[in-house]
Amino acid sequence: MSAAKELAKKVRIHALKMANSGGAAHTGSSFSIADILAVLYTDILQKNSQDPNDDQRDRFVLSKGHAAAVLYATLAETGFFPINKLSTHYQDGSDLCGHASHRGIPGVEVSTGSLGHGLNLATGMALAAKIDQKKHRIFTLLSDGECDEGSTWEAVLFAAHHHLDNLIAIIDYNKIQSLDTVADTLALEPFADKWRSFGWQVHEVDGHNHHQLQSELSSVPLEPECPSVIICHTVKGKGVSFMENTVLWHYRIPKGDEYVTALKELEDQ
Amino acid sequence: MRDHFIQRLTSLVQRDPNILLITGDLGFAVFDDFRKDYPDNFINVGVAEQEMIGLATGLALEGKTTFTYSIANFATLRCLEQIRNDAAYHGANVNVVCIGGGFSYGPLGISHHATEDLTILRSIPDITVVAPCGYWETMEATEAIVKIKGTCYLRLDKSAGADKPHNDNEIFQIGKARKIREGSDCTIIVTGGILEEVLLAYETLTSEGISTRILNMHTIKPIDESAIMTACAETGAIITVEEHTVYGGLGGSVAEVLMYSNTVPKKFLCIGLEAGFSSIVGSQAYLRQHYRLDASSIAERVRSLLKG
Repeated sequence: MSAAKELAKKVRIHALKMANSGGAAHTGSSFSIADILAVLYTDILQKNSQDPNDDQRDRFVLSKGHAAAVLYATLAETGFFPINKLSTHYQDGSDLCGHASHRGIPGVEVSTGSLGHGLNLATGMALAAKIDQKKHRIFTLLSDGECDEGSTWEAVLFAAHHHLDNLIAIIDYNKIQSLDTVADTLALEPFADKWRSFGWQVHEVDGHNHHQLQSELSSVPLEPECPSVIICHTVKGKGVSFMENTVLWHYRIPKGDEYVTALKELEDQ
Repeated sequence: MRDHFIQRLTSLVQRDPNILLITGDLGFAVFDDFRKDYPDNFINVGVAEQEMIGLATGLALEGKTTFTYSIANFATLRCLEQIRNDAAYHGANVNVVCIGGGFSYGPLGISHHATEDLTILRSIPDITVVAPCGYWETMEATEAIVKIKGTCYLRLDKSAGADKPHNDNEIFQIGKARKIREGSDCTIIVTGGILEEVLLAYETLTSEGISTRILNMHTIKPIDESAIMTACAETGAIITVEEHTVYGGLGGSVAEVLMYSNTVPKKFLCIGLEAGFSSIVGSQAYLRQHYRLDASSIAERVRSLLKG
């Protein structure tokens, strides 16, 4: 098993356990990005867990902050903080908040949780890098539902206008929101064309195919002078048969037999 | 005040190229020289206030000192969550500048009346809130907030009170009220350009033998607690004046300080907006008069308070 595959498996198991012990939601939203984070932290991002604020690091902004469990698990597994800290997630008095919070957590670049903030923050980081002629990149991972937010499109306009080719947006296009499908909530299609028409370079990949993810994320910027977006077609709840492609598992908390079955399915992969 | 803001900001940028001015497509003619002389320090994000604050925060987290600029509520309420979650929670060096405090843009209607901003902004943790009363304070406050590494709100006004420093050595300090006039019968605590009305009211009250202290509270947060308590102890009556709702702004802050410190004034009055939204057309002067915030109304209300 490749390092990224192994990491993806581990963070899904962590995320499931964290949701179970904390009584937390968003398991489906976490599982859909586990492969993306695993590839990023294994093969793509230039980062040093022993020096999390290294000025030359690539920045990673988890704009869909509700999937923080996967980010925390990824950071712990890659050495940013001890793995046993994950058990405090969602527990009274812990600083591992349900939505991504940077305070006291090495490796969490910024705090998010309200949708439609991350890409905006990332434009600022990207512009700063341009001004200072630094070579690091800024990656930000958005949900598809987050593209309902007007603020997201303000940032999309800004990034293209200012030729921020050091900015890479990754979309977790699992096509399910909190109450319904994207198509039945607020249709985004033709989604790739929207980004293209705003001046971004767009590639689409299978968000669970590590080879494709590695290949595309290694090829950025897709074109000089343009921001890049990698639209990842994903499966909400990926990895647990009864969670996959269901609206239910946006909020449902894994308990009892469901938890035991889910854990077994993940461990058997 | 905005001319004095940009004047001081320009001199600051000369010394520190790390300062960036970000506007939400406002500041017609005001920024012409700045743009010409410092094009690399000027960003117009377009009519996109949420992007303005998100961008500023991202830049600040990378070491820039950012000033965002818009008018009235666009600078604050339109992007309030970005100010709270992005700038303040991260302790980012974002200085939110609003021109158009109170009824500065009176004739333009309620969309342009910044009359709740002080209350709302001061309730957010880790933000410094400053509302200068005149040109000198505007320039000094602009420089002072650059030195604060966290998030600040600078509320500018189209009106201005005479706020010349007491002497060449006077130092403007965030969180330190300025005694503009000495008096012993009552203290008027004021914030913002409406000081000009308070100074006129002072003349009237003085001519009637009412000895009035004026305390200019340019910093709403952190507020100068000791100056408030001292004024209460020495003059007995406290009146606050703001071109802003009476709910939770300067008056509310002063009341909190007094109640929490068990410093009970003999008389207490908050002068501000008590009515709801203003839907009538009016210049700043007209609306002040209409809502009893002009010099003559202030004098009359102070007089009544002290008699009662």
